[in-house]
Amino acid sequence: MTISTAPVIELHSVSKKFGDRMAVDGLDLEVPAGVCFGLLGPNGAGKTTTLRMIYGVTRPTSGTIRVFAMDVGQSTRAVRARLGITLQQNVLIEALSPKENLFVFGRYHLLREPELSRRVEELIDFLELRSHADVPVKRLSGGFQRRLAIALSLVNGPELLILDEPTTGLDPAVRLALWSRIRNLRAAGTTVLITTHYMDEAQRLCDRVAVVSAGKVIRAGAPASLIAALAAETIEFDCSIEEEAALLDGFAEHARRLRIGQRLIIYLANTTGLIDHIRRSDQGDRRPIIVRPTNLEDVYLSLTGTSLEGDA
Amino acid sequence: MSFSPAYALAVWRRNAAMYRRTWKWNLLPNFFEPVFYLFSLGIGVGAYISEMQGLSYIAFIAPGLVCVAAMNGASYEVTYNIFVRLTFEKAYDAMLTTPIEPDDILGGEVLWAVTRACIYGGCFLVVLALFGLAPLPSSLWALLVIPLTGLLFAAIGITFSLRIPNIDSFSFYFTLFLTPLFLFSDVFFPLRERLSPAWLWVAEALPLLHPVRLARAAFTGQFSLVVLWDIGYSLGLSCLLLIWARRSVRRRLTN
Ligand SMILES: Nc1ncnc2c1ncn2[C@@H]1O[C@H](COP(=O)(O)OP(=O)(O)OP(=O)(O)O)[C@@H](O)[C@H]1O
Ligand SMILES: [Mg+2]
Repeated sequence: MTISTAPVIELHSVSKKFGDRMAVDGLDLEVPAGVCFGLLGPNGAGKTTTLRMIYGVTRPTSGTIRVFAMDVGQSTRAVRARLGITLQQNVLIEALSPKENLFVFGRYHLLREPELSRRVEELIDFLELRSHADVPVKRLSGGFQRRLAIALSLVNGPELLILDEPTTGLDPAVRLALWSRIRNLRAAGTTVLITTHYMDEAQRLCDRVAVVSAGKVIRAGAPASLIAALAAETIEFDCSIEEEAALLDGFAEHARRLRIGQRLIIYLANTTGLIDHIRRSDQGDRRPIIVRPTNLEDVYLSLTGTSLEGDA
Repeated sequence: MSFSPAYALAVWRRNAAMYRRTWKWNLLPNFFEPVFYLFSLGIGVGAYISEMQGLSYIAFIAPGLVCVAAMNGASYEVTYNIFVRLTFEKAYDAMLTTPIEPDDILGGEVLWAVTRACIYGGCFLVVLALFGLAPLPSSLWALLVIPLTGLLFAAIGITFSLRIPNIDSFSFYFTLFLTPLFLFSDVFFPLRERLSPAWLWVAEALPLLHPVRLARAAFTGQFSLVVLWDIGYSLGLSCLLLIWARRSVRRRLTN
């Protein structure tokens, strides 16, 4: 383990009210230096609002926010100088080329020549933008634009990179490429705070995640330990509600489980006993059964899903 | 209290980078508009007017048209362009992910609008000089009136842009506000000679009137104390509107 330093981000009972709607409701969050931290949660959970409060464009209704041990409300400029932020929506200058966008953004950070050109060239290589570096952004594909958006947020060499759904709408190859860049940055010491709706992404990329729902953190930890705390294995099969009790009897009636229509998903330490039992009750009429390691999506669904049953 | 000239300049440079792309398409129509007025009214209509306040008609309208050029240069920038940057391009949201603050954004935009006013007003002044319509050296004072006009119409336009719900509202601004200003602000005829004294006071509220009077004073070299009132009005109204705009920008961009 690395030597423990002050957390890069600290939120203490932070709330944000829009009218009489609580977008963020007593949220506590600590992001240690050098980790990739995932902020997960359903649409409208308050992720973007939380990020906006961290970089100081939304003021919390109550609570304290410290970034790099500074009060964001007081030292907004100083905090943002050390931050890189990729917004949920791309905010590129469509009439200009990627290169020109990078120059404009570099100047927002008051970078000067020759540092500015050096940085722009570096980022064009780092995010593989070279082939279309001089083409107007509006003619580029979504994946290319997203890569440019991330490049823009790296122009000042940030210590903390905030990515709001960086891979939404991207094809699998582009996602993989972006993950590898994010890993490179993390390896170079950048702290990363990322939101995503893709649990495979969070599981592969994040050292720690926090699941947010209705503006509160409902579970936080390393993906592996959250998964371990749920169950090692997951079994999925179709069965009707009437069949369910008999099928599970003696094997899994206390296990956490999730029903989505006909589909039953059960989280168990060991599924062998249950599989044998189902096969026996089916008497040769073998229903398809999927057995797989439990993943972060299961953790997420078991926390946020609406049709969760079983003991809490 | 968080305005930094360096960051405002970065905002300015963003607009300048965009403008470099499109200036040929923007500059030409905006530039020719006052030139057409100058020749159509100055030479065409002017042929039927022996003199106006002791000047040939074309010489009479020339200084006012400098202000009109500056007003138009600033106005396009702070209306359509600012609205697009604010709502469609989300340029300001992007800026706020960097150390740029809302005050810098407002400062940079005003500076850019003034720059455009200077480009258009300046070009038109050069045209006037080429046709011998800008008496030297006195008309060089107009070089100060141009940025003042830009500042005033930047402030007015930004204030309007921050209040309107959609981009269509700008047609009101141009047709019901700028066009009457253009027609009734001493550019084409002296209001003083056509309005009853009671209405003359009301006319003092017209923003374009003041820069036009200043430009005319510069061209004729006849300065009176009214100049102070015109400068005071232009700077004062600009300041008031920008103070309001400052709060409004902050409220629009942060919450
Ligand atoms: N400016 C605003 N005014 C009013 N309500 C807002 C505003 N911004 C966000 N909200 C509300 O706050 C809640 C949280 O929104 P937020 O954008 O933070 O969610 P999110 O977790 O980022 O969702 P998504 O996954 O869809 O991006 C939502 O109910 C949203 O409608
Ligand atoms: Mg969001």
